[in-house]
Amino acid sequence: MSTAHTNPETTTGHGDISTGVAGGDSNASATRITPGNALRPEDIALEVRTGLVKPSGDIAEYALRLGDDALILAQRLGHWISRAPELEEDIALGNIALDQLGHARSFLTYAGAAMTNDDGSARSEDDLAYFRREHEFRSVQLFEQPNGDFAATIARQFVVSIYQYLLYRRLTESTDETLAAIAAKAVKEVDYHRDHSAQWVLRLAGGTEESRKRMVHGLRTMWPYVGELFRDDDLTQRLAEAGAAVAPSSLKEDFDRLAGEILSEAELEVPDVPAAPGGGRHGKHSEHLGYILAEMQVLAREHPGASW
Amino acid sequence: MAAQNLQSVPAELTPEEEAAGQAHFDRIIAEDSRIEPRDWMPAAYRKTLLRQVSQHAHSEIIGMQPEANWISRAPSLKRKAILMAKVQDEAGHGLYLYSAAETLGQSRDKMMDDLIAGKARYSSIFNYPALTWADMGAIGWLVDGAAICNQVPLCRASYGPYGRAMVRICKEESFHQRQGFEILLELSNGTPEQKQMAQDAVNRWYAPALMMFGPPDDDSPNSKQSMAWNIKRFSNDELRSRFVGMMVEQVRVLGLTLPDDQICFNEDTKKWEHGPLDWHEFQEVLAGRGPCNAQRLERRREAHDDGAWVREAAAAYAAKQQAKESMTTKEYAA
Repeated sequence: MSTAHTNPETTTGHGDISTGVAGGDSNASATRITPGNALRPEDIALEVRTGLVKPSGDIAEYALRLGDDALILAQRLGHWISRAPELEEDIALGNIALDQLGHARSFLTYAGAAMTNDDGSARSEDDLAYFRREHEFRSVQLFEQPNGDFAATIARQFVVSIYQYLLYRRLTESTDETLAAIAAKAVKEVDYHRDHSAQWVLRLAGGTEESRKRMVHGLRTMWPYVGELFRDDDLTQRLAEAGAAVAPSSLKEDFDRLAGEILSEAELEVPDVPAAPGGGRHGKHSEHLGYILAEMQVLAREHPGASW
Repeated sequence: MAAQNLQSVPAELTPEEEAAGQAHFDRIIAEDSRIEPRDWMPAAYRKTLLRQVSQHAHSEIIGMQPEANWISRAPSLKRKAILMAKVQDEAGHGLYLYSAAETLGQSRDKMMDDLIAGKARYSSIFNYPALTWADMGAIGWLVDGAAICNQVPLCRASYGPYGRAMVRICKEESFHQRQGFEILLELSNGTPEQKQMAQDAVNRWYAPALMMFGPPDDDSPNSKQSMAWNIKRFSNDELRSRFVGMMVEQVRVLGLTLPDDQICFNEDTKKWEHGPLDWHEFQEVLAGRGPCNAQRLERRREAHDDGAWVREAAAAYAAKQQAKESMTTKEYAA
């Protein structure tokens, strides 16, 4: 489908299996049996508790951004389960949501290691997911865009999966071993997401008149939020210079190429729509995020301090 | 779809062929061996199985809804992940079962249409609402627990595709039951409010779960024939009694109680007994007058209707691709 492949050399071996962060070649996806040495959020939590890893403030903020992206997307995609056009898609979208949730849990657990609750303990993935407010979330606005119809969801997936694939592929080379390990697991999973969305873009664009119309509309709805994905700021600049993070702008060219290949095969054009100002990385969100959080957080907030 | 290639709706057979088929079928049943899709089978056997397997598939699909209802509000990310995986498993179970049913000669589309038209049944249990998070625990523990009691013997069902589908389903169901138990255990050991939530959920799901085994034996007209055909291995009451025995043990570990003060072990029959169940309610729910019947069907109908243009697009695209391929082949041939 596409010319880009993960270089095996860049996705192997970060950290030591025996300490839990067995990044590297964790060939795990929710679609297959997870091998015993796959990186799990619990492994990172253990490393945090035992003091083996502690990210700098910058790294934590960066991890928070990626974790929030994945979390909000998982929340959006989870809505499709039991509502998809075909049973196979209930399963596929559920799988993608699960993968995203797994990435979110790892990134948030890691980010939380550099942040403290009032009682001095490290903030857990759940502290971060359930007890922050809208302006404290760092996801870009594309992820919170409503599911719309299936074509709109596919349009969002199409953009996100290419972006995440390129990002995680590069992040496997991060000087930060934990980020590299999370990315090594994630890149294999989002490669499937990319395949899934590309196939659907082709099908919907080349299916019926109705589906083509909807696919075009879906892409137009999502495209105003594409630019924000590739915007650098002081944080990413500092981290990219240190080799810990990927400068978002450095992904743009490959994104345009990969997205362009599929769109041209589908005989679709890159939507010519004005870009939205964005601002999610600094806590500026669309109206949608509040509703997402209201639903996601309601039960946890009714029982603060409870364990589940 | 692969399953469709296995379909074996028989053509007109001569009386001799019919007799030979029946003899073969009888021998397989007597040997407690397996009937496969291409084997001759009595029309009534086919009909019974098709009804049972398709109802089972529908139950998995409708059964996704009460739990999907809590995915967005799951109180921790770990629980959210587990719940998503569980509901996704149920979609998978629906798929295997529809495939097994297709080998009996009916398409998945037709079965889905029957479900949406309200012509097909599914387990009455899914017409009860999942009101609190603790319901995720009670559904896993009680509903999936009852399903396992019902389904483990079905792994030996005489119809091959059904029995084989059940093997995989049962493995996953036992995970589901454990996760339900774990949710309740956590709640029971949590705050007083959490514990109360757990007890309320058990109170609400207990009787409907017991009724999942079907009417009492003296009021279950189809059971006898299904047992003779090696589809069903144990009677409704037998399975219900076993289930009660299991729950009595497990509820103690949970630190909760079952809402039935008449549970006892009958030393004479060596069977667990329970208090009376409201079979009128059961019939009402089956007749479409349960708390969520309309909601569940409407949700399925909505998803199906909303997805129609997607399925049409996929079919149209596949047809175009195929036409392109055959053009290419022709060009080569020319």
